[in-house]
Amino acid sequence: MSNTLHEVCCEKCWHSPERPCPDFVTCLNEGPTCHEDKHCAQDRHSRLLAHRRDKVTQTVIYVGAGTCGLGAGAGKTVQAVRAHLARRNIKADVIEVGCIGLCSAEPLLDVQMPGLARISFQKVTHEMVPELLDSIMKGTVPHQHVLGQFRTSKATAWQGVPFIDEHPFFAPQTRWVLANCGLIDPSSIDDYIAAGGYQAFASTIKTQTQAEVCDLVEKAGLRGRGGGGFPTGRKWKFALNTENDTKYLVCNADEGDPGAFMDRAVIEGDPHRLLEGMMIAAYAIGAAKAYVYIRAEYPLAIDRLRMAIAQAEEYGLLGDNILDSGFSLRIVIKKGAGAFVCGEETALIHSIEGKRGMPRPRPPFPAVRGLFDKPTVINNVETLANVPGLMQMGADNFAALGTQTSKGTKVFALSGKVTRTGLVEVAMGTTVRQVVFDVGGGIPDGKEFKAVQMGGPSGGCIPSQHLDIKVDYESLKTVGAMMGSGGLVVMDEDTCMVDVAKFFMEFIQRESCGKCIPCREGTLRMLEVLQRITRGRRTEKGTDALERFQGVMYLNRLAQVIKDTSLCGLGQTAPNPVLSTMRWFRHEYEAHIYERRCPAGVCTELRTFHIVADACTGCGNCKPKCPTSAIVGIPQRIHYIVEDKCIGCGGCADVCQHGAVVLADAPPVEVAAVQVEDDSVSGLFSSGTFKGWHDGKGLLQK
Amino acid sequence: MSATATEARNDAIEETLAAYPNAGRDSLIPILQDVQERLGYLSREAIARIGEHLGLPASKIFGVATFYNQFRFQPLGKYHIQLCRGTACHVKGSLSLLDAIRQELKIEPGQTSKDGLFSLEVVACIGACGLAPVMCINGEFHAAMTTQRVRMLLEEYREGAQENV
Amino acid sequence: MTTKTLDKTAPAHVEERAAVTIEVNGKPLEAKPGEMLLGALRRAGIQVPTLCNMEGLFPSGACRMCVVEVEGMPNLAPSCACPVTAGMKVQTHSQRAIRARKTIIELLLADHPDDCLYCVRSTNCELQRLASELGVRQRRFSGERRRLKEDASSPSIVRDPEKCILCGKCVRVCEEIQGVGAIDFVGRGSKSQVGTAFDESLNIASCIYCGQCIVACPTGALREQSHIKEVMAAINDPEMTVIVQHAPSVSVTLGEEFGLKPGVDVNGVMTAALRELGFDRVFDTGFSADLTIMEEASELAHRIKTGGVLPMLTSCSPGWIKFVEQFYPEFTKNLSTCKSPQQMLGAIIKSYYAEREKLDPHKIFSVAIMPCTAKKFESGRGEMLHDGVADVDAVLTTRELARVIRMRHLDFHALKPETPDTPFGERSSAGKLFGASGGVMEAALRTAHFLLTGKELENLKVDAVRGLKGQKEARVKVGDLEVGVAVVSGLQNARKLLEEIRAGRRDLHFIEVMTCPGGCINGGGQPFTTDTEAVRARMQALYAIDRDEHVRTSHSNPAIQRIYSEFLGSPLSEKSHHLLHTHYSEREVLT
Repeated sequence: MSNTLHEVCCEKCWHSPERPCPDFVTCLNEGPTCHEDKHCAQDRHSRLLAHRRDKVTQTVIYVGAGTCGLGAGAGKTVQAVRAHLARRNIKADVIEVGCIGLCSAEPLLDVQMPGLARISFQKVTHEMVPELLDSIMKGTVPHQHVLGQFRTSKATAWQGVPFIDEHPFFAPQTRWVLANCGLIDPSSIDDYIAAGGYQAFASTIKTQTQAEVCDLVEKAGLRGRGGGGFPTGRKWKFALNTENDTKYLVCNADEGDPGAFMDRAVIEGDPHRLLEGMMIAAYAIGAAKAYVYIRAEYPLAIDRLRMAIAQAEEYGLLGDNILDSGFSLRIVIKKGAGAFVCGEETALIHSIEGKRGMPRPRPPFPAVRGLFDKPTVINNVETLANVPGLMQMGADNFAALGTQTSKGTKVFALSGKVTRTGLVEVAMGTTVRQVVFDVGGGIPDGKEFKAVQMGGPSGGCIPSQHLDIKVDYESLKTVGAMMGSGGLVVMDEDTCMVDVAKFFMEFIQRESCGKCIPCREGTLRMLEVLQRITRGRRTEKGTDALERFQGVMYLNRLAQVIKDTSLCGLGQTAPNPVLSTMRWFRHEYEAHIYERRCPAGVCTELRTFHIVADACTGCGNCKPKCPTSAIVGIPQRIHYIVEDKCIGCGGCADVCQHGAVVLADAPPVEVAAVQVEDDSVSGLFSSGTFKGWHDGKGLLQK
Repeated sequence: MSATATEARNDAIEETLAAYPNAGRDSLIPILQDVQERLGYLSREAIARIGEHLGLPASKIFGVATFYNQFRFQPLGKYHIQLCRGTACHVKGSLSLLDAIRQELKIEPGQTSKDGLFSLEVVACIGACGLAPVMCINGEFHAAMTTQRVRMLLEEYREGAQENV
Repeated sequence: MTTKTLDKTAPAHVEERAAVTIEVNGKPLEAKPGEMLLGALRRAGIQVPTLCNMEGLFPSGACRMCVVEVEGMPNLAPSCACPVTAGMKVQTHSQRAIRARKTIIELLLADHPDDCLYCVRSTNCELQRLASELGVRQRRFSGERRRLKEDASSPSIVRDPEKCILCGKCVRVCEEIQGVGAIDFVGRGSKSQVGTAFDESLNIASCIYCGQCIVACPTGALREQSHIKEVMAAINDPEMTVIVQHAPSVSVTLGEEFGLKPGVDVNGVMTAALRELGFDRVFDTGFSADLTIMEEASELAHRIKTGGVLPMLTSCSPGWIKFVEQFYPEFTKNLSTCKSPQQMLGAIIKSYYAEREKLDPHKIFSVAIMPCTAKKFESGRGEMLHDGVADVDAVLTTRELARVIRMRHLDFHALKPETPDTPFGERSSAGKLFGASGGVMEAALRTAHFLLTGKELENLKVDAVRGLKGQKEARVKVGDLEVGVAVVSGLQNARKLLEEIRAGRRDLHFIEVMTCPGGCINGGGQPFTTDTEAVRARMQALYAIDRDEHVRTSHSNPAIQRIYSEFLGSPLSEKSHHLLHTHYSEREVLT
């Protein structure tokens, strides 16, 4: 891109951080506003159009290069694209965009040629690039790779290519927060402005009082997207109404829930939207300094954010006396150091202050006494990213979407045993079934749906009989789940729910800060109860069995006390994964406890393998793999497994090429399916199709 | 440890601290992060020196550093394996990957293999759930892993290390 | 042991607002709006247990023992951190609340060694008491226990981390009250423990051995390094002359160990008990406190007259000395060179007294009964040896003395009071005042005034330096000179004052520093109490002695006059320098 929007076109078109112009943003979009000059106006308009890319004058190639895209090999794809363009001597812009959301189809590559609609291809690995580009540039669409084309009135549509907004993944979505993700260049503030960015902020600080902004946000019904769902406008008012010279805004981007990556994707794909939301929030509460507390595990997001802050400073949208409004704001990035509990407000504050991230009792609430003892508002990324859109559309339009108590949209990170994984934004009120089966495409490999886990370690599981529940803060609670930050992990028949509960207890136990007794000691004991019931009888001795049953007897009481007495949200919700799975999958617990059996065949110690005589060829491959020498047999004869010695590790089943090693208490067919799962390519977007992609990552080619 | 190596490490600490003049306690975690980035870990001297710079007792710095997953007190191996143990990865079998790594390298999470090649770290969630199960070696993502591919991958890295020698 | 206190420390702004009425267990209760519920409950005599609450500090909310049911709140509320609002309805002992408390104790016990019978805190352990009160009669939760090593490296304090319940009181007292920060939480979650930097042993850490952590600890995770065995061995050794001295504050606290209320002076009974135990001579450290005053007041007068280093800092509190040596080495020259009273008497016993009684100093075993754990460290300092002979051989805390008395099955209530031995049993009431913060200052002012002007101070009672406040200051006329004095206790207060001086404050001549808040009456070796009223009563007992006795200045103590005329010559003489003064040096620790 040759010109930035910021560049002056004539002497009168001035704007700098030192000499701010109140109409800067409007001027960029419709300007010049202060004087009439045809040349200027044309110049601005053409620049704006160039950044909007509705029409392009030379080919533009977009590659989805968010963390997930890069993980799938987008880095190599970009290199291949550049190399190919150089080889063919083609002039084209290559733009690394954020994630459009469909992780399972990464790497994604879009091509936009002059006069033609932007067309998107999926799973474009680097070796496919030359052929694909050659083909498309000749006007031939390689249909097997197409994801879809973008709908536009400014260019000609491709014949016979489906529209992306009709793709089952995108069609049910309402993309407000993710509007720009995967579409615009996240490293360009000009692209964001050309897409309408910063207009909400510019008009807000010019036309609305702080109290008006708070009122509007409250009226729109925006609630915290980080988990609790506290009304955002009301939180802002608390801070606004607390008298203090210094106030802080903190953006919580410490996305620690396993299975959640919305914040990362938003920051990687559209960092300026977050910044604009922060600017409006800071203005509303009267903060002159804001922090983004972001996980250090997100290096790309940190880079993008850092770049975006620098650009906003350069454009005079951050700093002193922004747009000559008298409002000043600085945004500082603080990298988290890896502690899930720092998602809790007071722990996060302690962490920014350089202390151990341990929560403290509330009240005083941070809005009254927070960071450095000053009134502080802490909002999650998605909450703040909702604000610019909300301000632009107005409270009524925002509130028009959603349910009685939950307004707007919610972003989910869809993953697990589902055909299409990725980032999804749906209107509040959408059913969970729609998200899993329409957007996500259901369960791959013909398996049976079992449950969807929502809300991470604090949340719960929704079983199939409740799939029609609406995405709504209140209704989710009725089935023991919660909105949480939006992790949505799908589980199929091969998932053991006791194992899932144990997984979450392990997580909570590892991440508990250790301050309050019920959480520190209680979660450890709960975990031990789960460990005991998933442990094999072989190693049980003395009073172990008694302790196993005693633990189960008191599990409920323990869970209640932990919920009732823990200091912070982490502890108060810590028993949820256990309570929720016990509620819906009691039979699985009973099978583990009374029958000492894992119905899903996941808990290794409760498994026993045996060899199907008819299928065994006596190859002997399994024998050396057995860590306990439980396999007996001589070459070319049928082998068998000594049950008492088998520890259920499944190493033998892994190496058996004849499907002869099966779980002792499961029908052989099902086990065969478990075995081949990794190699299956049956689902369109199944994980199996990533098979071997890392081979191209350089090590072998060195 | 040779004298020059020690000196180089001390220089690295001093340079990092120089970037934080008149710093308060809120700079502690950024300083620890920067020092670890340069040294690869937090040495005793580093912690003592940071304490002096910020006017904080070493016990408080040690307390903070041991609270967060990110900080290490021993140097890392040549290859830093980060295995994701997020929910999606778990559902898709990351525990068996962990077992495979344990067996293959004979180390537990938080440890470094005897040959100094591999350090194993278990991370809560890398945030690439769409590609589960995921592991990361020296920052490079490896998606949709299986136990067989873990073994192959480790073997490749091992051979790669030998070729470099 | 009781945790019941009267909340006299409520912030002033709380007092101003009109009281509100809340409902507790169905009955109305007056409370101050904004105050924490726990304070209001305690005032009304409603007991709610706590394990982590510390008076005057921000509630930590860690133990969850004080949870109560508040109408309208979804979860149980911690009363320590729950502000009172008008009309709130509280159930302190509902079945839900009791069950929660009991479960919490059961959880703690699941990870606690089962060795109460062998534990030093048995019968006065908070955890044991709560388990008993809540009726814990079975091991409800079982599982893996932490296995951690005991740290007995320090000369004063033994840490047994397996018994630690992570209430955090030791960490807070060390950092927030003492300004030391030798320990902190290490690790996270169920793997957290309290430890030093790098999990090193305490002896190389910045610990000043004050023992406030022991007093704060609700369990047996912290205790003093015991000298009982050594003392009993010496008593049973016919070759040894075992001489005991006891510090001024001990006689007003020891009674608490035997069920007397705080502030009862048991000096005579204690003397009798010590004789029963087999000590050959019983002396009073109050004597050497007077001796300290003679030397220290002379040193102050000398420094003022000759333009020496000012302000002069007192040197009788060994934790404070270590604090200066490691954190503020530039202030070591401000420290008075006087040894502490314990070490002065030790030195005198093994020189003057040995000579007089024709005893071989090597055959004297000198024991000090102290309110303090740092005194154990002090007695072992290299500077406190003469020709390889230690001034003091063993130090017992008040608590240890009580243990020995119980071991001997002495009926403390039946013992007839006795008087101490001469010549070091005679003390002035000024010497006795050493036991409370401000006492050294008051005694020193009385004598310095006399030394500088030749006249007695008009009003011997110096109110400005009395009381439990952490920092007290006064300007005192000594002849033509106006002397600026300050008294601080709790080393966080000392730190603040030193920083002020570092920043240029110049108006102070003499500063008394006591390591423990309130002085020795609240020392780390004293009977366990979390009650400031008890500390106040101990202090009042010392003031009562000073009010009622006749010899109220150190220089008028006849025994002091005698030792100068017979042995030392005059204060600051060569002999005093050799025996009664010491030196300090910068100390490298793991800070």
